[in-house]
Amino acid sequence: MLGLDALDLARIQFGFTVSFHIIFPAITIGLASYLAVLEGLWLWKKDRVYRDLYHFWSKIFAVNFAMGVVSGLVMAYQFGTNWSYFSAFAGGVTGPLLAYEVLTAFFLEAGFLGVALFGWNKVGPGLHFFATLMVAAGTLVSATWILASNSWMQTPQGFVIEAGRVVPTDWLDVIFNPSFPYRLVHMTIAAYLATALFVGAAGAWHLLKGNDTARVRKMLSMAMWMALIVAPIQIEAGDQHGLNTLKYQPAKIAAIEGHWRNKPGEAVPLILFGWPDMKSETTKYALEIPHLGSLILTHTWDDQFRGLADFPAEDRPDSTVVFWTFRIMVGLGVLMLLLGLASLWLRIKGDLYDTRWFLRFAVLMGPSGILAILAGWLTTEIGRQPWVVYGVMHTRDGVSNHSVLALSLTLGVFIVMYFIVFGTGLFYMLRLVAAGPQDLGPESPAPAIDLSADTPLNARPSRPFSAAPDASP
Amino acid sequence: MGIDLPIIWAVIIAFGLMMYVVMDGFDLGIGILFPFVKDRNDRDCMVNTVAPVWDGNETWLVLGGAGLLAAFPLAYSFLLSALYLPLVLMLAGLIWRGVAFEFRFKADEEHKWFWDHAFAWGSYIATFFQGVALGAVINGFKVEGPSYIGGAFDWLTPFSLFTGLGLLVAYALLGSTWLIMKTEGDLQRRMIELARPITLTLLGVIVVVSIWTPLTHADVAARWFTFPNLIFFSPVPILVLAASLGILHFLKRETHSTPFLLALALLFLGYSGLGISMWPNIIPPDVSIRAAAGPPQSLGFALVGALFIVPIILTYTAWSYYVFRGKVKVGDGYH
Ligand code: HDD
Ligand code: HEM
Ligand code: HEM
Repeated sequence: MLGLDALDLARIQFGFTVSFHIIFPAITIGLASYLAVLEGLWLWKKDRVYRDLYHFWSKIFAVNFAMGVVSGLVMAYQFGTNWSYFSAFAGGVTGPLLAYEVLTAFFLEAGFLGVALFGWNKVGPGLHFFATLMVAAGTLVSATWILASNSWMQTPQGFVIEAGRVVPTDWLDVIFNPSFPYRLVHMTIAAYLATALFVGAAGAWHLLKGNDTARVRKMLSMAMWMALIVAPIQIEAGDQHGLNTLKYQPAKIAAIEGHWRNKPGEAVPLILFGWPDMKSETTKYALEIPHLGSLILTHTWDDQFRGLADFPAEDRPDSTVVFWTFRIMVGLGVLMLLLGLASLWLRIKGDLYDTRWFLRFAVLMGPSGILAILAGWLTTEIGRQPWVVYGVMHTRDGVSNHSVLALSLTLGVFIVMYFIVFGTGLFYMLRLVAAGPQDLGPESPAPAIDLSADTPLNARPSRPFSAAPDASP
Repeated sequence: MGIDLPIIWAVIIAFGLMMYVVMDGFDLGIGILFPFVKDRNDRDCMVNTVAPVWDGNETWLVLGGAGLLAAFPLAYSFLLSALYLPLVLMLAGLIWRGVAFEFRFKADEEHKWFWDHAFAWGSYIATFFQGVALGAVINGFKVEGPSYIGGAFDWLTPFSLFTGLGLLVAYALLGSTWLIMKTEGDLQRRMIELARPITLTLLGVIVVVSIWTPLTHADVAARWFTFPNLIFFSPVPILVLAASLGILHFLKRETHSTPFLLALALLFLGYSGLGISMWPNIIPPDVSIRAAAGPPQSLGFALVGALFIVPIILTYTAWSYYVFRGKVKVGDGYH
């Protein structure tokens, strides 16, 4: 297919399916914690706004979660179907980590999800809150294990190679490998940020439509606090992550920076924009800021770090791609920071809920968290090529022996199906968002998505503005 | 002699897969029965009986995969690459079925039928290809290295197609008896009607597989039909017959949960029969459990977690079923 060989197709298939997958976990992780906070505040303050928001977001959570589960199922099998040499080689490490994820996280999420979604009237408030907390904990535990596994592939340690396969010697070294703490912090914050931006955009959209209720205001307000506090932390975490990567994967950093070679005794500039060219080994049209590269990556005025030309040509990741994906992520991060600062300023002035340019900005930033996450993962994963286990196994040695025909066939199935299924799912999610949080009245036993109330929104258009459901897919 | 890690792990994985078969079996069975129930309210009710638990049920499949990777990386790599196409199709089926749980309630009236079809088709495809994969495993593979190098369609044999159809019948039985237990009125009567022919068909399927397998696999025949095994294993077919007759009997008496429990027993027996035939191989006909095992450090590490956590999982899973006990009423969705 298009001159692609089996390895290319397997990589595209993995990249495609995992990129779809990560969208849902990111929102699952963030929303699960948000729901726990909302329910906690409801139990504590008895303010109905929190309860109504809980029920509103739990419907969206349910749709998102279903998509996370089915897309994740594909991932768990893909290691064996498409990367069988990798799995046979490294399964001794990645297998137990995945098994622990299933045992400690997936079952926890799934086991308590039923009660959290459908059990509002079936168990007491304390027990229900407990179920919500368990779901939230499950998502975080899940992130921990899978990131331990991925980080081990990035910065492997704690093993020996015996009879052509990885044998773990120290599990603490395996799990707490050098990049793991950074990746865990950076990814968890990314999930919280992405969710906050999504929730914030929903609130801002309703305000722009004139649906100005206490619930909508609360949702925007909470989201903007989150963005304000967390965006700077994320930028700091990203900086630390980069220093760590420089230490363990210097070629990745050189590729990200489009930095090819050092001039004797001279500081490394920061290339803001440019076009890294793998053939000519230069970064064309570079717009440089002197000393800034040294400052950011070595925290000194003019120390140097290795350039891409120092590495053998076959061990260089694709600089053109990661240079840009990295800049997209960082650029979006800076915009998030600005959004948070603007919200603070307007909040102090008392104009948070009626400044139209700000609300439009917040709506536009809705998908930015997800985009930054995708850009970040693309940087990380493409930046470690050509290795699947960094410095230990090449990607090309990990792939299964499928024919180009079989792989093209399955890739076609995945692409068509994912766009139909997940496209529709995202559409339904947005439509639920558009319906807006309802005032569920003073009676506590809110229908929520109690089995009974899973009636479609359009079957009971309780508000004039919930016209969106008529827009059919 | 320390503890025998590979054997313990084989048992845990077998247990996980059995949990999967019985638990997701009845969810998938509900999709399989969809075409036999036309009324939308009845269909909603069928889906509502499993909505709170299906995700947990499916997680056992993930445990099967992850456990296999952890304990038998060679078997995981080989089997999954050998069964590439059927597994991808199974996953595709599970995707449609899984999202349809949510989407069929969220769609506009004029699109509901689409997600009802997706739910049914997804269940059929997922089940059929699980059965096909099972048949292909029983048939065995030629193993050279951790990745499969044979043809992309070697799994496709008359026997594997038959086991695919057979599994559809088995899950339909689980689904129908589950619904007899969880529903009432017309829907329940309809299920009782359906369960009879399904039970008889399943009995037929079991007989055919029990004859077909030893006929084509001499080692399986030797396992069952030599002394003293013949005596040890003879309870299996006898109990199969007893359980089937029991189901038919209790269907007449309209006892509500007994048919489901007997259907579980029936599947358990079929599963044990399979285990007896395969033992001690993990990739038939010649890769044994021991040969495929990963490093002991990996098996030991994962075992600590499994032994400690699986009982906890079983506890809260049971609690969740307890919370959602009792009958689900038709029309519950519309108040
Ligand atoms: C940082 C978080 C994160 C990352 C990087 C991944 N996942 Fe994921 N995954 C989750 C976080 C998550 C989650 C939040 O726990 C999900 C999302 C929705 C859900 O049900 O759980 C999930 C669901 C989920 C499921 C379904 C679980 C169930 O049945 O309930 C499987 C099998 C996987 N994932 C497997 C994978 C694999 C093999 C990945 C590596 C390529 C992967 N995930 C990346
Ligand atoms: C969830 C977010 C993730 C995204 C968006 C992502 C993205 C990608 C992309 C785009 C590729 C293809 C790179 C290339 O071949 O050029 C890739 C490869 C790969 N990634 Fe990730 N990845 C993610 C998480 C993970 C995790 C958590 C693991 C392991 C547990 C993992 C393991 C792999 C493997 C095995 C490959 C295939 C071999 C390779 O091409 O390097 N990835 N990923
Ligand atoms: C603005 C400052 C930021 C900096 C300096 C930064 C830095 C980095 C670096 C260096 C990596 C690659 C690490 C490696 O591969 O070893 C990375 C990866 C990543 N980034 Fe960022 N980042 C920033 C903002 C963001 C934002 C705002 C998000 C999302 C909301 C985000 C999400 C991610 C994700 C998901 C990954 C891949 C997972 C990982 O390796 O941690 N980043 N980031």
